[in-house]
Amino acid sequence: MCACRHTIAEIQVALQTGRTTSVALTREILDRIDQIEPELRAYLHLAADLALEAAQAADRRRSDGEDHPLLGIPLAIKDVLCTRGMPTTCGSRMLEGFRPPYDATAVARLRKAGVVPLGKTNTDEFAMGSSTENSGFWTTHNPWDLDRVPGGSSGGSAAAVAAGAAVAALGTDTGGSIRQPAAFCGVVGLKPTYGRVSRHGLVAFASSLDQAGVLTATVRDAALLLETMAGHDPLDATSAKEPVPSYASLLDGGLQGMRLGVAREYFPGDGVDPAVRDAIQGALGVWRDLGAEIVEVSLPHTEYALPVYYLLAPAEASANLARYDGVRFGFSYPEAQDIWDAYRMSREQGFGPEVKRRIMLGAYALSAGYYDAYYLKAQKVRTLIKQDFTQAFQQCDAIIAPTTPTTAFRIGEKVDDPLQMYMADVFTLSLNLAGLCGISIPCGLADGLPVGVQVLGDAFQEATILRLAHSFEQATPWHRMRPPICRDAHG
Amino acid sequence: MALERDQVLHIAELVKLSLTEAEVELYRQQLAEILDAMARLNELNTDDIPPTAHVTAQRNVFREDRVREWFSTSDALANVPDASDGFVRVKPVLDK
Repeated sequence: MCACRHTIAEIQVALQTGRTTSVALTREILDRIDQIEPELRAYLHLAADLALEAAQAADRRRSDGEDHPLLGIPLAIKDVLCTRGMPTTCGSRMLEGFRPPYDATAVARLRKAGVVPLGKTNTDEFAMGSSTENSGFWTTHNPWDLDRVPGGSSGGSAAAVAAGAAVAALGTDTGGSIRQPAAFCGVVGLKPTYGRVSRHGLVAFASSLDQAGVLTATVRDAALLLETMAGHDPLDATSAKEPVPSYASLLDGGLQGMRLGVAREYFPGDGVDPAVRDAIQGALGVWRDLGAEIVEVSLPHTEYALPVYYLLAPAEASANLARYDGVRFGFSYPEAQDIWDAYRMSREQGFGPEVKRRIMLGAYALSAGYYDAYYLKAQKVRTLIKQDFTQAFQQCDAIIAPTTPTTAFRIGEKVDDPLQMYMADVFTLSLNLAGLCGISIPCGLADGLPVGVQVLGDAFQEATILRLAHSFEQATPWHRMRPPICRDAHG
Repeated sequence: MALERDQVLHIAELVKLSLTEAEVELYRQQLAEILDAMARLNELNTDDIPPTAHVTAQRNVFREDRVREWFSTSDALANVPDASDGFVRVKPVLDK
């Protein structure tokens, strides 16, 4: 069985009927990783031996009669989620060699279900970036065009799933870091509602925005992973007590009577690639043909999401990253004469340029004399952005929008201009500020590069957006498209 | 807006970063440029708008104060750059 983007559902059948084993499947994927990683560079750490052990354990559990859909499924994990027994670096030299003594709750729940963790995927340092170019180690390449970025910050996870170097992957999304790379790499990317999945063990970047989610080949795979990861966790006081439905069992059923909102603010006159715009228009036609009604809604404060986000997220980051002091973990400057020198030099040498930039920006926005003008002002506009969604969802069940204004950009194109890089997130930021759920799914190709469409949902309406995305997927061929790197592998 | 070199150094001291001269100049320019772009929030009148710090409907979250098993001291200290006899050793805090 070829590992090149088989779905969890397909693999489950193959495992049930004895056509393959988790060990055989894991070996195939490890072989594939060996073959393509020199070009792709999606993994920061590969845990081949541990993966084969986990696969053996999964095969034993299956022969003992267990049959969870995730039992024996090889999975990649973004390197900002803590993993016992494996390094967790957050793509930062600051945490090189750090091995957490515990698993993130999301990881622990998936391990319990029997997934096979393959390793840790590349990310922009501390998840701050849109291309993986801010990784302290290296840049991951887009499997559709190796000269382009995979998006970020979950770019390693997106590239791995797109290229068949993992069946599925975990990511995190603070301002679009799951959905944007999913769009750039032509895979499904699900960002759950804030609080839907525990943040325990997700290394904090911006605590009021961070949320763990998944990157997968199909919507059903995303549903299967979400229903296993989600739910209240006593170790995360912000995790929600909302019951967790069986999302996978709610995918089927028609879209009759469903209303899809289209907000003109997501289709500005300029700033969206015409090919992206055409693909989104085409997607709207598919949903209309499936029985959904398209209604116009307005999210008037959308244009302010970018300044709000790039004040609030750095402010929270400047506080969260104060913990990296070279004392309890992480890089410690060896030549320091006193504790103050140790703090300043460990942080100066451990952090990369974008992390320093955001720490500085956030501290400025919080500092005496500027707090009201920047931080408090941004918090107030966040209220307006949240109210926009509350009003829009009175008129529709979900909102359709482009995930990104363009397809994947070239490596190096934006790296020297932070503001240009921030613009890559312009269509994904609002959702995090409002704490809602969203999914990006492939909806076309433009000049040989994938385009993603977002389905945005109200809080805890994951079942609705998953059903809309699944119906679209069933009616279109886009989720079956494979990047050239896959075709090359099979001659 | 213009950002002064002293302001950059002040912020760097608040966040304990020992910036190089080149970084001070780079961040002086880039932060000013970014803050200019953020200033468009001032187009909006927010006098009567309450701030949003978080989006959950929760208020206080309590749990029982109970001892539970967690990881061992050796696990907890495994990542400490300079540990000795179950302690974390730091550089001098006070002048000798």
